Amino acid sequence: MTTDIQVTGLHMRYGHTDALHDITFTAHRGDILALLGPNGAGKTTTIEILEGFRTRTAGHVTVLGTDPAHADEHWRAHLGVVRQTWRDHGKWRPRELLTQIRAHYTTGWNPDDLLTAVGLDNQTNQPIRTLSGGQRRRLDLALGIIGHPRVLFLDEPTAGLDPAARHDFHHLIRGLADTTVLLTTHDLDEAQKLATRLLVLDHGRLLADGTPTELTGHDEVRWTLHGTRHTQPTDHPARLIHDLYRDHGDHLHDVDIHHASLEDTYLALTR
Amino acid sequence: MSTARLALRAGRSRGHIELRQSVTNGGDLFNHLLWPALMLIALWFLRDRPFGPALLPSILGMNTAMAMVSMSQHLVADRDDGTLLRARAIPNGMLSYLTGKLISVTGGLLLDLAIFLIPALFLVHGLTTDRPAAWLTLLAMVTLGLTATLPTGAILGTVFATPRSQGILTLPVLAVIGISGIFYPLAALPGWLQGIAQTFPIYWLGLGMRSALLPAAAVTTEIGDSWRHPQTIAVLLTWTVIGLLTAPAILRRSRL
Repeated sequence: MTTDIQVTGLHMRYGHTDALHDITFTAHRGDILALLGPNGAGKTTTIEILEGFRTRTAGHVTVLGTDPAHADEHWRAHLGVVRQTWRDHGKWRPRELLTQIRAHYTTGWNPDDLLTAVGLDNQTNQPIRTLSGGQRRRLDLALGIIGHPRVLFLDEPTAGLDPAARHDFHHLIRGLADTTVLLTTHDLDEAQKLATRLLVLDHGRLLADGTPTELTGHDEVRWTLHGTRHTQPTDHPARLIHDLYRDHGDHLHDVDIHHASLEDTYLALTR
Repeated sequence: MSTARLALRAGRSRGHIELRQSVTNGGDLFNHLLWPALMLIALWFLRDRPFGPALLPSILGMNTAMAMVSMSQHLVADRDDGTLLRARAIPNGMLSYLTGKLISVTGGLLLDLAIFLIPALFLVHGLTTDRPAAWLTLLAMVTLGLTATLPTGAILGTVFATPRSQGILTLPVLAVIGISGIFYPLAALPGWLQGIAQTFPIYWLGLGMRSALLPAAAVTTEIGDSWRHPQTIAVLLTWTVIGLLTAPAILRRSRL
């Protein structure tokens, strides 16, 4: 398995404030990592260090085997970057800008095919500043992947997208075979659906690192028996309830199943 | 093809696209026309003054030097809206961005000069426009003017964080124009001001343009009764060399 991103003991300090403490994680080829955490947790800082836009204070970082702080243009050609907000090239048109950016890569998408893939085939010649927020976001994604990146960084890629556009976006990301993706999001449902691994960051510390299933935890069955409330975690709630009814019959009251959610885990970690 | 050559080609296409945008977009077109129009009005009112004929080439020289301001404005605006960040996010993006900028700023300047010069030639008489040497000198001045001012303009573009703070640049630029012998002969100023003016490209570009377009007799209003071509070339080349030597390192370090 190829390791595309390796972060060990990453530390970042702005003035007297520590923005990142001892962050360690790994991403293998084809992983989709979702970086979760409240505003100000250090998600964007982490991504910017990996993109080579910010110089870390301490720690060891490699992306595609190279330290981003000392990387060259050849390395950059294998990276795709979609930042949180773009408002550049407002006078340009989507096809014009995609063609311009595509010209820097030896390999990549055909601009027209890509415009169709991101659903901008009706906006190819419309000035970019007149695009809606969602259309602009889709153009940013197209600009990020046009050179067939091996590692793709997406900072809140679906903020401001409507549900249909979000669905299309998920489809597109899943279709990027052999691309390692690191994305940040506030949408836990999205993270659960899209990511192969989740990282939870808060106050610059990595609080959790695991698959969505690992982080989601177990379902819980709750019931009342002879006036006492009981709670039991289980992976098979129906079987537990069946057993309880078999043993206690109509003495069993107020049975309910609490489905585990990533939200519970997330809130428990970040509160 | 090497990726650097890809980027140079992309830069050339960027330059052409930006240039086309600047003449097809209302706001940019207005900017292209406003300054030449104001200068034409000045030329009309001052046409009968003793310094009248000298005004046309002087304005031409001043406008050439304004490539510095134009370059700086473009860089500040492009940093502010994220265009430069986009350039940093793609391979050799800064190389292609700066190539494109050199083309579009140069093209924009040539356009501005033509917008001013063509009508101005109908207003002002007694210029030596029938001499081929006049046009060659003019061309040399535009070329030297660009090489002297564009790298410095790029450096200035790293100094200001926002288009608003870039506006501060207007004051010193107007001050330098004021002492550079554009609207009246430099000789009318105190010696120390003359000294300051002669460290900037504006005065020398004005002088060079006057040497191109004015009859030989007009040289008597100049310092030392001479067009001082060697000094003109020396000063402009000094700006060029210092600019080219320092701009790449400053642009890299500023991380735009």
